[in-house]
Amino acid sequence: MILIKCPYCGERDHSEFSYGGDASIVYPSLDAPQEEWVKAIFFRENIKGIQKETWQHINGCRMWLEVESSTITHEITSVKPCHKNLQKVIDN
Amino acid sequence: MTKFNAWNVFKNGLNGQTGWSRQWRDPEPKSSYDAVIVGGGLHGLATAYYLAKNHNMHNIAVLEKGWIGGGNAGRNTTIVRSNYMMPGNREFYEHTLQLWENLSHDLNYNVMFSQRAHVVLIHSPGALDAYARRYNTMKLTGSDGELWSLEKLKKKIPHLNYDNGRFPILGAIVQPRAGNARHDSAVWGYARAADSLGVDILQNCEVTGITRKNGSIESLQTTRGNIKGKKIGFAVAGHTSVLWQMAELGNLPIESHKLQAFVTEAVKPLLDCVLIFGPGGAAHFYISQSDKGSMVFGGELDWYKSYAQRGNLPTVKENGECAMAIMPCLGKLRLLRHWAGVMDMSMDGSFFMCKTPLDNLYLNAGWNYGGFKASPASGWYFADLIANERPHKVIENHNLERFEKGINLDERGIGPDPKMHG
Repeated sequence: MILIKCPYCGERDHSEFSYGGDASIVYPSLDAPQEEWVKAIFFRENIKGIQKETWQHINGCRMWLEVESSTITHEITSVKPCHKNLQKVIDN
Repeated sequence: MTKFNAWNVFKNGLNGQTGWSRQWRDPEPKSSYDAVIVGGGLHGLATAYYLAKNHNMHNIAVLEKGWIGGGNAGRNTTIVRSNYMMPGNREFYEHTLQLWENLSHDLNYNVMFSQRAHVVLIHSPGALDAYARRYNTMKLTGSDGELWSLEKLKKKIPHLNYDNGRFPILGAIVQPRAGNARHDSAVWGYARAADSLGVDILQNCEVTGITRKNGSIESLQTTRGNIKGKKIGFAVAGHTSVLWQMAELGNLPIESHKLQAFVTEAVKPLLDCVLIFGPGGAAHFYISQSDKGSMVFGGELDWYKSYAQRGNLPTVKENGECAMAIMPCLGKLRLLRHWAGVMDMSMDGSFFMCKTPLDNLYLNAGWNYGGFKASPASGWYFADLIANERPHKVIENHNLERFEKGINLDERGIGPDPKMHG
């Protein structure tokens, strides 16, 4: 079982979470050329090693998380809220 | 290579089985080949076999990083079917089913192909309509399909849970010509048949680097030395992205995910078809019985991206629950083994078989859940692509440019989310 340390709820089994997808995708502006949108939507780096992905604590606080983990060992190296300013709110 | 036939079986029965030759040679790598196929799985070996058989090329190497049968060829659930609907896919998979039907004779190796029927349970009127449409479409290209009423289904498989309030069974949609084959036999059979046509099968030969020159691949660095190829094919589904980036070709419309499979202890004959619970409106689960008697089953991906060939417990639980929901009689069976295979999950759930930005490089990838059954036609069309340097009409849209053209070969109509294309 993978353990994910939710910034709000603490360490929980990953069965409480729902996997989102690749967190490294940067969407282009709405008026960007079509090629950029094709790249963002359909093409992936698909890293063998440490990469970023999103999870939602669906059976907990329901926060969206950015998780850094290894696709070889499943080891998690970092968990933080997807929303940039949320960590500050939690810390306070 | 000693041929398998009644006379040789009889003769070797008398002389203590001493008259058999080894199944394939273990040659030293040559410095260059007319064609080099990276990946000694079913697809790579089938490609080499059809290059030799259909296109008269014999100076071919197949590079395998481990041993033959040790990768996804030994990690699938052995289901063969052709119930695809999208143009291109349905011609392709029907062709693969036809190749399976004669494969044992073609390879002179018993792949134990058993056309025991593929039975998909239907749980809602909407699913019934959708499947009726799919199977009617399949019939246009010569595939077979039948709709079974609840009465007929109860007669054929009496021991399902028909008293399921949450997912009532309304009937089944069936492909009678579909079934199972023996995965090891298929990969060994292709290896042996390719070898007998002069193909060098190089095991423990992992590609560690790729040298490019003038828009083509000059040579491959491997753990057994440098190897050059006039034409090079990648057939390494699961690790396609790794090799693609080694060739400095950037990103692919692929994510690597792991899919688990499970085997119970052996029991007497219990299920004489491939049974699917779910796509017709409930979960996602498939089960069949191996010739040894074990129940072999699997279901959803583990959802998160992974190159690890091992699965996680929530998926074990979910598969157990599906098994119990549909066949409560399995409750006392113990699991003997479970494992995971790494698969290329593509952006629309369909495969890629195409030319690439490099002149002498050809790509065979993105097999999602469908790689095992696809392997004979995969080898057939990939060999055709490599030999004739143009895609056959059947695979003309199975390229990397299809997304920018708006061509999505999305059987489930789910969109660009690889983990959903199970």
